[in-house]
Amino acid sequence: MAATTATEKLKVRDLTIRYGDTVALNGASFEVYENEIFGVIGPANSGKTSFLRAINRMDEMTSNMHVSGEVLFNGKDVSHWRNLYALRSRIGVVFPLPVGLPMSIYENVAFAPKLRGVRGAELDEIVERCLTRAALWDEVKDRLKSLGSLLSGGQQQRLTIARALSQEPELLLLDEFSIAVDPVTTMRIEDVLKELKEEMTIILVTNLVQQARRLADRTAFFLNGEVVEVGDTAELFTRNAQDQRTTDYVEGRFG
Amino acid sequence: MTDIDFKSFKAQPLDYKNQRNQRLYRLLFGWMTVLLILPVLIILVLLTAKGAPALSWEFFTADPINGMTEGGIFPCLIGTIWIVAVALFASVPLGVACAVYLSEYAPDNTLTRLINLAIINLAGVPSIVHALFGVGAFVMFFDLGTSILAAGLTLAVMTMPVVIVSTRESLQAVPQAFREACWSLGATRSQTIRKVVIPNSVTGILTGVILEVSRTVGETAPIMFTGAALFLPFVPDNFFERLSSQTMAMSLHLFTVSTQVPNVPEELPFGVALVLIGMVLVLNSVSIAFRMYLRGQKKW
Repeated sequence: MAATTATEKLKVRDLTIRYGDTVALNGASFEVYENEIFGVIGPANSGKTSFLRAINRMDEMTSNMHVSGEVLFNGKDVSHWRNLYALRSRIGVVFPLPVGLPMSIYENVAFAPKLRGVRGAELDEIVERCLTRAALWDEVKDRLKSLGSLLSGGQQQRLTIARALSQEPELLLLDEFSIAVDPVTTMRIEDVLKELKEEMTIILVTNLVQQARRLADRTAFFLNGEVVEVGDTAELFTRNAQDQRTTDYVEGRFG
Repeated sequence: MTDIDFKSFKAQPLDYKNQRNQRLYRLLFGWMTVLLILPVLIILVLLTAKGAPALSWEFFTADPINGMTEGGIFPCLIGTIWIVAVALFASVPLGVACAVYLSEYAPDNTLTRLINLAIINLAGVPSIVHALFGVGAFVMFFDLGTSILAAGLTLAVMTMPVVIVSTRESLQAVPQAFREACWSLGATRSQTIRKVVIPNSVTGILTGVILEVSRTVGETAPIMFTGAALFLPFVPDNFFERLSSQTMAMSLHLFTVSTQVPNVPEELPFGVALVLIGMVLVLNSVSIAFRMYLRGQKKW
């Protein structure tokens, strides 16, 4: 992939995130290009999730969380978006543990389109399309009215992916989506992601180094709030990493 | 690395003393529960035994006559229902709105914490103090006179803290993950509250209402000075006239027939008390049934 010639979807400049006195991410700067899967790896407490939260301005809903520096989404600093909800509706988020909103399968996926005012047959069509794309339609098409939370963990996670897709996002943020999902479902979701990247940019935060290796075009390695290295995934994983710590981590020598 | 002495990790079997302690604790806590239930049972049995003879169709539908020694309690029943209704209509929307603000909007700072503290303290203010506040604020300052409206509003002020605290707690029991999922879908705060937070805390909010109703039905002091009359069988039909008129009420009537009126037959006060408790039970059962229905629909 000729990532270097692609347009920048997200540009992070000197991003620092603090919780009170604790620094979660310190002076991060890198770019995420259009239509790539951008992997973020690193041990626990390295600032991965905080980075995602800064993108869709969840910091404003979190007391104690302070963000400085810039996150440019389509070239415009997210903090300059007047309409926060318009910004968020262009960014899909999938959380580590599936959060099935306490409503039916149908309503879960229809939630975001309904906020936009979509109704009737068009809504049905969106729900079917998103569930199909998330590889869940065949399993749930006969019980769309039943509760989303009655699905198995893996199905719920695909439901949340379908829900994120229903926003028709330009940017999809996945935060350790496979934590509560069996390996088979993980593989199915990974296949889905490979297709999705034709249409959107995906940022994949993952604990599974091999997952980043399988999926990501480029990968960033976070460690203790510092971005150690950003580069082509192939480079990072073939002992060509610039930093010894990256090599150590991807080969499982620590973390 | 040294060898680990696995023998020292062997699980100890429950010895005799441990088993005896288990039984002891079980007994202790069991008897404490019995001790708590006992007074309630005694009250109910006593009331039913002594009050049941007073109950009749006439008792519910007739006015008290002969210096309240005979006849029924109809005006008191109606009066209490009116006062409770006013209190509910005033305190539930306000209390819930206040709780939503405190839980969903208010920043977590010193002022918010002070307000929370004040609300909890307000719940502990003796009802007679609320009564005097009601006289000062509603009867005199707002010039409502001693009326159903003033009495209901006084009760509303008194019970609002209960509604606020229980509503806020049930709002906060809704997992934060639901809110964040909702926000990340582009929903505003108010959309999130309406579509996710409130629907999932309705049972808790109802608990607050149940508590409020039970307290309101039985309160005497706050309505004594603000709207309840000792003897006033006549009630106007017009809605507004009724709101601004005094009324008889169950709790005050119980006080009157047990202490203020001579030559009352013994079963009459017990009958009034039985009906009063019955009202609380009926109201609670309706709310509990509703809650169970909603819980059956609970989605997480």
